[in-house]
Amino acid sequence: MAHPTAALEVTGLAKTYRGHGRDVEAIRELTFHVDRGEFVCIVGPSGAGKTTLLRCIAGLLDSSSGRVTLDGTPVTGPPAGMAVVFQEYGRSLFPWLTVRKNIELPLKEKGLVRAERTTKVDAALAAVGLTESADAHPWQLSGGMQQRVAIARAVAYEPTVLLMDEPFAAVDAQTRADLEDLVRSLWRQLGVTVLFVTHDIDESVYLGQRVLVLSNRPTVVLEDVRVDLPGERDQLRTRSSQRFTDTRTRVYELVQRAKKGERPETVPELSAVRPPAGRPPAPSDRAR
Amino acid sequence: MNLVRRALFTLGLPVVLVALWWLSSAGSTDFFWPPLETIVRAFPETWTADPILNDVLPSLARLAAGYLIAVVAGVAAGTAIGSSRTLRALCEPVLEFFRAIPPPVLIPVIALFAGYTASTTKVVTIALGCLWPILLNTVEGVRSVDEVLRDTARSYRFGRLATLRHVVLRGASPRIVTGARQALSLGVILMVISELFGANRGLGAAIVQFQRSFAIPQMWTGIILLGIIGVALSGLFRLVEHRTMAWYRGVRQAEREG
Repeated sequence: MAHPTAALEVTGLAKTYRGHGRDVEAIRELTFHVDRGEFVCIVGPSGAGKTTLLRCIAGLLDSSSGRVTLDGTPVTGPPAGMAVVFQEYGRSLFPWLTVRKNIELPLKEKGLVRAERTTKVDAALAAVGLTESADAHPWQLSGGMQQRVAIARAVAYEPTVLLMDEPFAAVDAQTRADLEDLVRSLWRQLGVTVLFVTHDIDESVYLGQRVLVLSNRPTVVLEDVRVDLPGERDQLRTRSSQRFTDTRTRVYELVQRAKKGERPETVPELSAVRPPAGRPPAPSDRAR
Repeated sequence: MNLVRRALFTLGLPVVLVALWWLSSAGSTDFFWPPLETIVRAFPETWTADPILNDVLPSLARLAAGYLIAVVAGVAAGTAIGSSRTLRALCEPVLEFFRAIPPPVLIPVIALFAGYTASTTKVVTIALGCLWPILLNTVEGVRSVDEVLRDTARSYRFGRLATLRHVVLRGASPRIVTGARQALSLGVILMVISELFGANRGLGAAIVQFQRSFAIPQMWTGIILLGIIGVALSGLFRLVEHRTMAWYRGVRQAEREG
């Protein structure tokens, strides 16, 4: 059953919030996998349960049913091979610690010795271009720089899968473009697997190798779109290329349809949804 | 220039008040309202080595002991209550009740067990009084620790102890400090009050003793000494706060500017 190449597998994941006399079904059935070293983006209409999904995968939230496995091991709590970059950078960094200490603390908790920690922290700081700010406190930095710190912290942790929850939703457009390129280049350098949740369609196409479009609530995967763009991308040429525009249009239409409440014609059974090993389904494999 | 101005602002009003007191009391023949000049002259004669060693220092030692007990117990209990919804629901009514009891009322009760003159009575009184602001502020502080920060700690698999030390206590520390500051001024008050009930030595006891023996200028020197101690303690507190809470001032300033 398992995909030999998958770093992350999500199978029949469902989440219903149980309230006082009122249950809210946030996620109905999600099944997908992310191959080792792949960059996958998740987009969906607002309120599609993107954050719920990410929290379930990260082991921060218990799912109602289904399974998440990381490297073949079921996720029951936050796993060792995962790092999360949250949208709220200002709230996810420890304001009482310097930039360096923020990056170092998880490594300390992981049990690394001092020399090893210093090497990794220095490398991570250099990778995100913040060597100069190592001894500053997060609140002395701009929003974009703070998010760089959070990214450096995640990268230094050396996770199998890097989860990013709308990480650039709260920074200005120019910073955002820089950070997108930073994440792309880190991904290519380090060979880490990235699952990137965003509500920005352009961003998902620019960054990902695949884009999973979610339906509205209760959430299922509406379509799995392959992004056929070269590995070397840049803000100007890639974004103005015909292929980018085509993919973008396609994802945009899908999100519009998701907003209107369109869902896959058959909510797939657990066995039927599984794509052939190593390759996600082509768009034509699915009911339109 | 800036420093001079700051000093002027800090010292201006106290200087004016002291001058007013000096002038208005000068030449006073009222027995209970002696000239400030007389009081000042009585000061070094009153507070010699013996009363400092046997009254002032023991009082301060009891204050320190009671205050420290309150800080440790208040932070520990407050962290536990703030972290657990069940515990909070269970404790809240009881806390409200105990907080409503003025600690001096407990002195006769505590004295039944430990005796009026015993140091224990006074230390326990100070500790009980200082406990509530620290405890309640810690509960609020722990509850207000940012969810995203907690998630961050969880996703990086921080252990319980590390989460407590690096996330919960640090996150709650601004509120804990607020509680500790309130508790300190309460502690000074209770230090004096705990000695008013039949204690034989101590700063509070000495002031009552002077008053009862009609040593009025000496009584006033005691009150002034208390004031000086209060100012010194709060200055010390602010120094520690300044050192440890620099990050919090930074965050606040960044929020105001952002």
